[in-house]
Amino acid sequence: MAAHLKKRVYEEFTKVVQQQQEEIATKKLRLTKPSKSAALHIDLCKATSPADALQYLLQFARKPVEAESVEGVVRILLEHYYKENDPSVRLKIASLLGLLSKTAGFSPDCIMDDAINILQNEKSHQVLAQLLDTLLAIGTKLPENQAIQMRLVDVACKHLTDTSHGVRNKCLQLLGNLGSLEKSVTKDGEGLAVRDVQKIIGDYFSDQDPRVRTAAIKAMLQLHERGLKLHQTIYNQACKLLSDDYEQVRSAAVQLIWVVSQLYPESIVPIPSSNEEIRLVDDAFGKICHMVSDGSWVVRVQAAKLLGSMEQVSSHFLEQTLDKKLMSDLRRKRTAHERAKELYSSGEFSSGRKWGDDAPKEEIDTGAVNLIESGACGAFVHGLEDEMYEVRIAAVEALCMLAQSSPSFAEKCLDFLVDMFNDEIEEVRLQSIHTMRKISNNITLREDQLDTVLAVLEDSSRDIREALHELLCCTNVSTKEGIHLALVELLKNLTKYPTDRDSIWKCLKFLGSRHPTLVLPLVPELLSTHPFFDTAEPDMDDPAYIAVLVLIFNAAKTCPTMPALFSDHTFRHYAYLRDSLSHLVPALRLPGRKLVSSAVSPSIMPHEDPSHQFLQQSLERVYSLQHLDPQGTQELLELTIRDLQRLGELQSELAGVADFSATYLRCQLLLIKALQEKLWNVAAPLYLKQSDLASAAAKQIMEETYKMEFMYSGVENKQVVIIHHMRLQAKALQLIVTARTTRGVDPLFGMCEKFLQEVDFFQRCFIADLPHLQDSFVDKLLDLMPRLMTSKPVEVVKILQTMLRQSTFLHLPLPEQIHKASATIIEPAGESDNPLRFTSGLVVALDVDATLEHVQDPQNTVKVQVLYPDGQAQMIHPKPADFRNPGPGRHRLITQVYLSHTAWTEPCQVEVRLLLAYNSSSRIPKSPWIEGGEVSPQVETSIEGTIPFSKSVKVYIMPKPARR
Amino acid sequence: MPEIRVTPLGAGQDVGRSCILVSIAGKNVMLDCGMHMGFSDDRRFPDFSYITRNGRLTDFLDCVIISHFHLDHCGALPYFSEMVGYDGPIYMTHPTQAICPILLEDYRKIAVDKKGEANFFTSQMIKDCMKKVVAVHLHQTVQVDDELEIKAYYAGHVLGAAMFQIKVGSESVVYTGDYNMTPDRHLGAAWIDKCRPNLLITESTYATTIRDSKRCRERDFLKKVHEAVERGGKVLIPVFALGRAQELCILLETFWERMNLKAPIYFSTGLTEKANHYYKLFITWTNQKIRKTFVQRNMFEFKHIKAFDRAFADNPGPMVVFATPGMLHAGQSLQIFRKWAGNEKNMVIMPGYCVQGTVGHKILSGQRKLEMEGRQVLEVKMQVEYMSFSAHADAKGIMQLVGQAEPESVLLVHGEAKKMEFLKQKIEQELRVSCYMPANGETVTLPTSPSIPVGVSLGLLKREMAQGLLPDAKKPRLLHGTLIMKDSALKELGLAEHQLRFTCRVHLHDPRKEQETALRVYSHLKSVLKDHCVQHLPDGSVTVESILIQAAAHSEDPGTKVLLVSWTYQDEELGSYLTSLLKKGLPQASS
Repeated sequence: MAAHLKKRVYEEFTKVVQQQQEEIATKKLRLTKPSKSAALHIDLCKATSPADALQYLLQFARKPVEAESVEGVVRILLEHYYKENDPSVRLKIASLLGLLSKTAGFSPDCIMDDAINILQNEKSHQVLAQLLDTLLAIGTKLPENQAIQMRLVDVACKHLTDTSHGVRNKCLQLLGNLGSLEKSVTKDGEGLAVRDVQKIIGDYFSDQDPRVRTAAIKAMLQLHERGLKLHQTIYNQACKLLSDDYEQVRSAAVQLIWVVSQLYPESIVPIPSSNEEIRLVDDAFGKICHMVSDGSWVVRVQAAKLLGSMEQVSSHFLEQTLDKKLMSDLRRKRTAHERAKELYSSGEFSSGRKWGDDAPKEEIDTGAVNLIESGACGAFVHGLEDEMYEVRIAAVEALCMLAQSSPSFAEKCLDFLVDMFNDEIEEVRLQSIHTMRKISNNITLREDQLDTVLAVLEDSSRDIREALHELLCCTNVSTKEGIHLALVELLKNLTKYPTDRDSIWKCLKFLGSRHPTLVLPLVPELLSTHPFFDTAEPDMDDPAYIAVLVLIFNAAKTCPTMPALFSDHTFRHYAYLRDSLSHLVPALRLPGRKLVSSAVSPSIMPHEDPSHQFLQQSLERVYSLQHLDPQGTQELLELTIRDLQRLGELQSELAGVADFSATYLRCQLLLIKALQEKLWNVAAPLYLKQSDLASAAAKQIMEETYKMEFMYSGVENKQVVIIHHMRLQAKALQLIVTARTTRGVDPLFGMCEKFLQEVDFFQRCFIADLPHLQDSFVDKLLDLMPRLMTSKPVEVVKILQTMLRQSTFLHLPLPEQIHKASATIIEPAGESDNPLRFTSGLVVALDVDATLEHVQDPQNTVKVQVLYPDGQAQMIHPKPADFRNPGPGRHRLITQVYLSHTAWTEPCQVEVRLLLAYNSSSRIPKSPWIEGGEVSPQVETSIEGTIPFSKSVKVYIMPKPARR
Repeated sequence: MPEIRVTPLGAGQDVGRSCILVSIAGKNVMLDCGMHMGFSDDRRFPDFSYITRNGRLTDFLDCVIISHFHLDHCGALPYFSEMVGYDGPIYMTHPTQAICPILLEDYRKIAVDKKGEANFFTSQMIKDCMKKVVAVHLHQTVQVDDELEIKAYYAGHVLGAAMFQIKVGSESVVYTGDYNMTPDRHLGAAWIDKCRPNLLITESTYATTIRDSKRCRERDFLKKVHEAVERGGKVLIPVFALGRAQELCILLETFWERMNLKAPIYFSTGLTEKANHYYKLFITWTNQKIRKTFVQRNMFEFKHIKAFDRAFADNPGPMVVFATPGMLHAGQSLQIFRKWAGNEKNMVIMPGYCVQGTVGHKILSGQRKLEMEGRQVLEVKMQVEYMSFSAHADAKGIMQLVGQAEPESVLLVHGEAKKMEFLKQKIEQELRVSCYMPANGETVTLPTSPSIPVGVSLGLLKREMAQGLLPDAKKPRLLHGTLIMKDSALKELGLAEHQLRFTCRVHLHDPRKEQETALRVYSHLKSVLKDHCVQHLPDGSVTVESILIQAAAHSEDPGTKVLLVSWTYQDEELGSYLTSLLKKGLPQASS
């Protein structure tokens, strides 16, 4: 095809337009489709007024054009362009040219000459700009062709002096996208003057039009993005633009400064009006910091965001960003943070009760105070106090990134982050809590800080509380009072919001295991034991008591002296909790029960290995016995599936692998069973009824393969091949069964053809993997492909049947990391006896809260399904904003589902469950064939479906008839 | 030379009684018209007689601009417009227009009904005064007359506070009023574009202060209230009705909402209810958060804050009460304070500054036994806390605003002289902008260099553009051409035309008297220059058009007369012809 095109390119250069039209006509015959170009030509000729022509063009633009006919269309358009007087029509044609040249499979170099030609004669600025845009499209389509690029750059340079800003904009864009710096390219002897694109673009930094200035900076950034190294001289130019009058210029300039600072972090720049010199990255940092107090919030957001990624900046500068020298009446004043710290270190607790304890102290030398520091002073202080929450969020994010790379900075920014916990916008609060969690390795919370953090536990927003629990999971607390405080606050939280139970237990588990030594002295108090007296045994079902025990037991894991402090009932409770809440309570080495514990304890550590081995062994066993008698194979498969399932339940970290392999084995088992049916031995017409089992098996295998493909994260290409192979087998089975059970040949024709297409598709998609599929069903199938293509359906079925029976069992290689997607609906709980009443015909909102594990791209794939008792099913797509991401691999869906129904007489239950939607085209590995545009992947790609992946919850609802 | 003159009548090196006169390009504008809290005699209002000794104010002032509704910025308005007499337009923003009369009425009531002052403005006067008000929107350019235009910018501080740009032709002044550069719970931060005025008149209340992050303050406040409520105590927050009160309400309201607290919050009724109503209405003037969420719920429609009734003070259990006035010197807040002072669980939080002599000041300075009227001694056992919530820009904020507006010079008002001195020095040092701080009645005169538009023919411009290939917007470029100046430019610049005169002495041998010589010259010229206007002036000199000829006797030789010929550059041709004519000598007349 490509060769053909190329040939045609050369032809068309020489031919006259008229002849080309004839050629298009012949093409039309060949394609047996109505040619678009011809139709367009007729339309355009018919057009009497520019408005008409414009209408035709607009209509034409709505439909895509095939790669083959692009060229013809372009010719027609160009021809019309020359004749056209109306600039708006020319504009539309120019834009169409751009669109067409982007068509996949079309090489636009043939229309470049024409485009440049018409550019030279064009007077209208708008059309000029559009033509340049077209050239840009052409240029980006041909990135390898240096000569063309040079020419385009030349054209752009020529039009840079145009009076219209639009044209200059486009020229700069063209330069940014196509201009090259490499001198070597120009040495090729094109005869073109050596152009320093950077210099040319740089000159336009001082254009009179702000839009052009912006475009110039953007072009420079584009050059950088394309991998050209910018000169350092640009830095000074960019710095001047920081004081531009227009916000978009300033915003772009900030980006440019950032880019340069990343390119030349270590070069030295002089400080104006003094003899000192500093590193460029520091200077840039200072300048960007200054922009955090810019007048426009767009610039502020941009600046705050970029600050986060400047990691090379020296710590001295970094720490200035949090510094704001306070004064009151010219006397130095300490910040509230400093005061809090001092109070803490002097051992006194914050009083705040005296008036004037914040009274300013020493006098300040008036000369020494600098009110607008040139440096980074207080940038974050300003950013975090900004009016716009966008700026605040950006500042928090930047703070997070900088703190992750610098522990000392992390320590310093803690106070500010803690302050952000009280922001008025929930998003900001949440963000700062997450930030704190991310930097928690670097920090230890002081008691007063912890106090502020814990105060947020009373927040009514569940997100905030849970984020805070996550934070507490990984913070370091410095004192035992701190631990006590945290526990007390968490228990308070528990009584106020009992739904937080699980989250709080989990939080205490980590708190305990991180601070065993701090928990130790608290144990008697927490368990309220008394040295002489026995105290009453606490209620075992009290969540608060369980919370305390979780904390203690986890601390005791690494603190062997602790169990000595336990009283008898504590041990009993331990045994109970270890069983009932095994994920929260670790195995302990308890002194009193050596017999039990010593047997368990040595095996704690190497526990993972044998189970993994077991998994491997059992799988290998299955794969090795390919040629056993069917009965034995079946039994073994059944056994292994059972083993794997049990293993998955026991070992959560192996659950993914175990389930995945078990599903595969089950498919295999089904296939074997189906093939064992007696149906195959008997004449077809007799077994119409019994074929149910085989076709059901085929259907089930299909379903299971979709599950395997889409419900597991971490599935690699290797596995996808096997899965598709299994599906192909299932399809073959289906075909055979239908062939057996239907009379007549007609429907078989279609099915056979479809099947063969699928085989073909399989071969194309997985051509690279075919060598691994030796001896498999598909391998044999492909060998016989030529024969199959020509055979009659009946024969095809026969061949398939034998092959299916002979095919071997493919070994499924286990992926490194595999996790099954799962979802749990937390709310609605489905236990309520009170029906949700609402007027029929109107809607009622049902809050749905669910956690999703290992779901990739949940925004697009997760749906909520509502099943009404009358069998009506409704699918709801949650908004992307309803998904939270509390941790890697985990998502949380909090949404509202709107229910509505006509009136019922009795309250009834509707089922709510989550579905995982899939689209098979998304997973198929991209092969160059498909991208080539020739093959439209019709066969399998359009299959879409859903897999339920959560237990359904029943909600009691009662639509009442509306009262009139 | 055109100039801008600024005279503060109040607020010059002082806080209170803001009133500043600005003359810009022949237009006179009065900025704010406030009263002084500290005085109750004549000094309380600005001295309006300064503006014009005799004659009506309306003739002299082009307009009056009020920046916001605080009484030290608008308190003297009815007095000024109704009693002194001003009928011109008064400009203010919509919220100010709405809230201003309420506060004025309140002020009048206290002055007349409570203190019994006579000769004070009446309610009717307030109403009449408000009729003269023209309300403006933010960023709306209002044409006061053909030349004078004003524009309002957002200033934070209180609801409806605005900064005003006053512009005549190319000259402009920006007056900030009071403003706040850090946003608070209900208002945003002040913002101005790069308008590059000739002069920026800014307040400087906190000229020597750099404030701590507001978050710490808020957190402290909330924590204290929360703790007190949790242990079952009652919290009293004495506030003034407008401004801070609303901020604290929002703060507590959102905190209650967030933390799911149940203890009741009360707000003393009266003035505040009306004011809250306006806060609800003018949502566009509030900060981002309130603006964005008001569709779901207007933040000023408080869910937890209810109107206070006197009887509630004795209710058991925790509660929070906002009560007026803010310094605990009288009224409801003092009553509640007396009721609650005895219990150590209770707490009073003073959110602002207290004047010496008030109960508020006493308890803040640590006094635990207060003498009330009637020789009663009140023992204060409740906790006393102080929080400073202020909505003025600090030194850094002022510098930031100056940096944003990029003025040619800065003038400081509304602050103490000593503090201004420091800021002035800083502004001059760091921003390299000249800075003034006049006292009341002192006039600052700023010469301005007005820009005169020059017309260039398009052809010339394009030709010159084509020569230089590269654009250079910011750099000057040499343009070859001739500049022709007409009268209007001179007038605009206030310049007198330069006159170039040539003088020449012509010696004439003529023994007669000067008068006669002059007469002879006159008749001679008359006969020669037929189509020119030749005149003989009574003082003996002769003029031909604008050329002046005088005859004088030679000092040494009485027989020779000296003719002084003087002509302007414009009449060069005629002048030189005349001299040459005279040099030839006069014709020997027969007579």
